Amino acid sequence: MSARPMLAVEHLCLSIGGARIIDDVTFAVAPGEMLGVIGPNGAGKTTLFNLISGLLAPSTGTVFLNGRDVTAEPIHKRARAGLGRTFQTSSLFTGLTATENVRLAAQAKLGAATSVIRFPRRTDVATTIANDRLAEVGLSHHAKTIAGVLSHGDKRKLEIAMLLATDPRVILLDEPMAGVASGDVHGLTDVIRQVHASGRTVLLVEHHMEVVLGLVDRVAVMHHGELLACDTPTVVMADPAVQAAYLGAPL
Amino acid sequence: MSTIVLLIITGLGLGALYFLVASGLSLIYGLMGVLNFAHGSFLTLGAFAGLEIARRMDGASWITLFASLVVGAVVGAVVAAATEFFLIRRLYNRHIEQVLVTVGLALATVALFDGIWGTDPTYVTGPAWFSETTEILGAKVPNDRFVLIIAAVLVLLGIVLFLKFTRFGLIIRAGVENRSMVTALGIDVRKAFTVVFAIGGAAAGLGGVLASHYFGYVSPQLGGSLLIFAFIVTVIGGLGSLAGAAIASALVAVLQQFANYYLGGTGDLTVVLLLAAVLLIRPTGLLGSKA
Repeated sequence: MSARPMLAVEHLCLSIGGARIIDDVTFAVAPGEMLGVIGPNGAGKTTLFNLISGLLAPSTGTVFLNGRDVTAEPIHKRARAGLGRTFQTSSLFTGLTATENVRLAAQAKLGAATSVIRFPRRTDVATTIANDRLAEVGLSHHAKTIAGVLSHGDKRKLEIAMLLATDPRVILLDEPMAGVASGDVHGLTDVIRQVHASGRTVLLVEHHMEVVLGLVDRVAVMHHGELLACDTPTVVMADPAVQAAYLGAPL
Repeated sequence: MSTIVLLIITGLGLGALYFLVASGLSLIYGLMGVLNFAHGSFLTLGAFAGLEIARRMDGASWITLFASLVVGAVVGAVVAAATEFFLIRRLYNRHIEQVLVTVGLALATVALFDGIWGTDPTYVTGPAWFSETTEILGAKVPNDRFVLIIAAVLVLLGIVLFLKFTRFGLIIRAGVENRSMVTALGIDVRKAFTVVFAIGGAAAGLGGVLASHYFGYVSPQLGGSLLIFAFIVTVIGGLGSLAGAAIASALVAVLQQFANYYLGGTGDLTVVLLLAAVLLIRPTGLLGSKA
């Protein structure tokens, strides 16, 4: 990797009550790269995301965002610096329309530019952003639909649209396919591919192996809090240590 | 027939007063989880502010009425916003303290109003048209009822449009649904808190001036007596639901009028029984979301 990594973690450790949840994890993600994070349940994938996004503070180790040490910064500062994430559980306003959900996220990004009394016309910046992002994830036809009645796959797309409205440079997607009907997986995969194709750096935690292997540039394999391997899908899947972790050690 | 029409329209007039108080209570509870026991004081203060305007101008003119409505609403809004900014803001998520502070403020302001305007009711006169009646289907309906109903409908429309079409309205609606998620998006939700208190205070202040014309007087207890029913309306309608508050206001007040007329003055009792029934059968209220 010649360019400065967009995101890097170095010797990241998290111990809770003597147990090592994350054990000396080091990797770097290049600008515009998509890295998949896989591993059995309890391997520490979501915990790793929580450490990167700032929801948890590491015991030791460092998180770099675009070359800057952000380890001590709280979650909203990292978000402002361009680090966005989705959660395993849905984080939508189910009583608002799809457009309103995205507009709210855009308003948050615009901050002081929003005033109390101005009406959001079609030309309104936040509304324009909302419409563009909805189009980007293919939800324009649901713009006026109440978020609560969308299908699970469309809800996931809407979350990604909200994330995009905050204009992040690095996106952490935590199990976007979880609970999504099999018929919707393909469409959602396309959306993630497109988000990546537009130049954003993406980290993807996902159990759906075909999805991960079909999308990512490299795969990081977590097991018992350790990073077993981090390389291209072909190399990683041929790794004996990875096979042992997934299939169990030979008897 | 004429009696029924009279009871319905008078009930809707009283319901309009309930709604002007309950709309603020419901929005404030919905967004912030604050039960504002001082809300009645915003109403009383609005009524006294309107009274002071009427004393300084020609009390029987429409301009005076309009001026007192505007001043009542502005005073209500300013005092409510100040209450949020200086007292409530420090006590978010501390519900016992919130109750203590707002109940304390309610008691202290009533005593303050006693001191300034005296404990006796002060009588209010409006435009002559107010004390006349209009005949509808044989019922002679006092004209002030129509003004009350129109004012409440306009306030309801105004708040709905504000919530639906403004940026702050969007933040408030999202905050009512999930306040912590709005904060997580990086939006400073405290500004929305002050705005909601100001809106609630304005509606209450406006309600105060209108209540003084409905009852014909202003007294320091005016707000407190309406607040009890406004709370009942808010619970029946569903805490946090504006539409629920509107429907419940009309329902409660009309029921109260009918029970008072046909069941020997048992209106208040009937309302409390309705409250008990709603709490037993549908604890979230008519349009309330799941807790």
